[in-house]
Amino acid sequence: MEKRPRSFYLLAAFFALFLVFLYGPTFTIAILSFQGPQGGLTFPMRGVSLHWFRELFQQQAVGDIWGSFGRSFVLGVMVMVATVVISVMGGLAFRKRFPGSGVVFYLIVTSLVIPSILISLGVGLIFSQAGLKVHWSTSGFGSQLTWTLPFGLLIMFAVFNRFDKSFEEAARDQGANAWQTIWSVVLPIIAPMLIGVALFGFTLSYDEFARTLLTAGSYNTLPLEIYGMTTNVTTPVIFALGTLTTVFSFLIIGVFLLTVIVANKRRARRGSDAGKGLV
Amino acid sequence: MANQPNVTFGALGAGRAGPGMSDAMSGWLLSAPLMLVLAFFLILPIIMIVIVSFWGATEFSIYPAFQFDNYEFLLSSPVTYQVFLATIKYAIITWVCTLLIGFTIAYFLAFHIRTQTWQIILFLLCTIPFWTSNIIRMISWIPFLGRNGLANSALVGMGIVDQPVEWLLYSDFSVILAFVHLYTLFMVVPIFNTMMRIDRSLIEAAYDNGATGLQTLTNVIIPLTKPGIMIGSIFVVTLVMGDFITVRFMSGSQKANVGRLISNDIALLQYPSACATAVVLLVTVLLVIAVLLRFVDIRKEL
Repeated sequence: MEKRPRSFYLLAAFFALFLVFLYGPTFTIAILSFQGPQGGLTFPMRGVSLHWFRELFQQQAVGDIWGSFGRSFVLGVMVMVATVVISVMGGLAFRKRFPGSGVVFYLIVTSLVIPSILISLGVGLIFSQAGLKVHWSTSGFGSQLTWTLPFGLLIMFAVFNRFDKSFEEAARDQGANAWQTIWSVVLPIIAPMLIGVALFGFTLSYDEFARTLLTAGSYNTLPLEIYGMTTNVTTPVIFALGTLTTVFSFLIIGVFLLTVIVANKRRARRGSDAGKGLV
Repeated sequence: MANQPNVTFGALGAGRAGPGMSDAMSGWLLSAPLMLVLAFFLILPIIMIVIVSFWGATEFSIYPAFQFDNYEFLLSSPVTYQVFLATIKYAIITWVCTLLIGFTIAYFLAFHIRTQTWQIILFLLCTIPFWTSNIIRMISWIPFLGRNGLANSALVGMGIVDQPVEWLLYSDFSVILAFVHLYTLFMVVPIFNTMMRIDRSLIEAAYDNGATGLQTLTNVIIPLTKPGIMIGSIFVVTLVMGDFITVRFMSGSQKANVGRLISNDIALLQYPSACATAVVLLVTVLLVIAVLLRFVDIRKEL
């Protein structure tokens, strides 16, 4: 192997520093969440205990975090499913230019770049003026889609740009109708990317704050609950909660990544062509 | 893909009319759910905000009207200009920091890591925080930057300062630090993506013609990476300009930006004035995007 230039080591050191910058704070609060019962929000550690985690399980101490976790989870799954379905349909639609597709494309970009608080404010106002109650599963759900759909769609556009059309043509030549072609040929080929879209859909929803702020109603989602805690909780209990939700996020990411790896391995073993139709 | 400019979406199926359903019909049907969501949760809210920005407000309620009071008040107040200036300052400083860091990281991953497996692993390491909670990531700076935090302990311990530095937390510094922490990966991903598409033979050609490493970087790599830089810039600039929570949290409510102006009005139930500010913010953001989009055709870069 060719010798590494000196710039490699400089850049590698910079990269390592960047990772420390990225993950350091998260690991710090993970350590601090094991503070002893007398410990505060910063070092030194006054003993090591599970005190603050135990505190989390005592409902009255910190509000309704388990309820809000449940809501965030259900909402995340709802947004995930909707994001995958709508993005795939949108991706298929955009393979052919149709009247208005240019406008829709710029709307998708707008949805991505619009300040989140505008969505929150606008949706909140519409519901209140229409005499409807805002609720996380209606107004919150729709508002979050304006954030997850652009990511899902941009991924699908990129996928279909690299899509090898000859697979579809082959299916059509063999007599498959449009629906069969999509269901048995196109979807299996793009399946690994759909796992990526699902990951975006779930995690972006699970962590979404600004777009849910005025649209969740009287039942908080987890990020809103955590935000509420930052103003009135001054003990490491908030670190314990932060550590738990981060661990949960890592688990979710791990499950998705593992699914992709296992799916790829199985394909390789069966010698299937699925997933290879991307040029 | 950059060398196949004809493969943009929309151009793919041109010239072949589908049997049965016409292209226009199937396009509309397939994008109908998308259009419904965008109509109800993007277009209608924007229209609503524009309408309410002309309404009036009492202390407890808002009433329909058509008056320019909200805009007059907004545009005649010196606070507005200070706050917009502060917002632009945050955007520019964050943009410069994330661009420099993001470009360096992407360059290292794309050109110095030799095996694809390691590229994927290191790239994932950079992107995983994107899928975790922003609020938690902000909270986690407190033990670092506080008066008795790690940074101050280290500085005092090493004898660099006599007493704890106050400006580490709840200052412009901590706000920008959090922005850079949260948003650098929005630069890394698109820049890395464009760099991976650069034909390696171009770089070899540059070296063969006697270009130094620096010359190759400035004359070959940077120009070819421009689309990625622009997409990253759009993300970072719009996220920072539309933010209200990072500034509020990391400055301990001591600093203001436009987003906070809006959220303060909301907290006081002054929706019409919040809407007027929101309209001005939206126009500003869209103008910035329009300028950035002149340098890149997003559809081609997907």
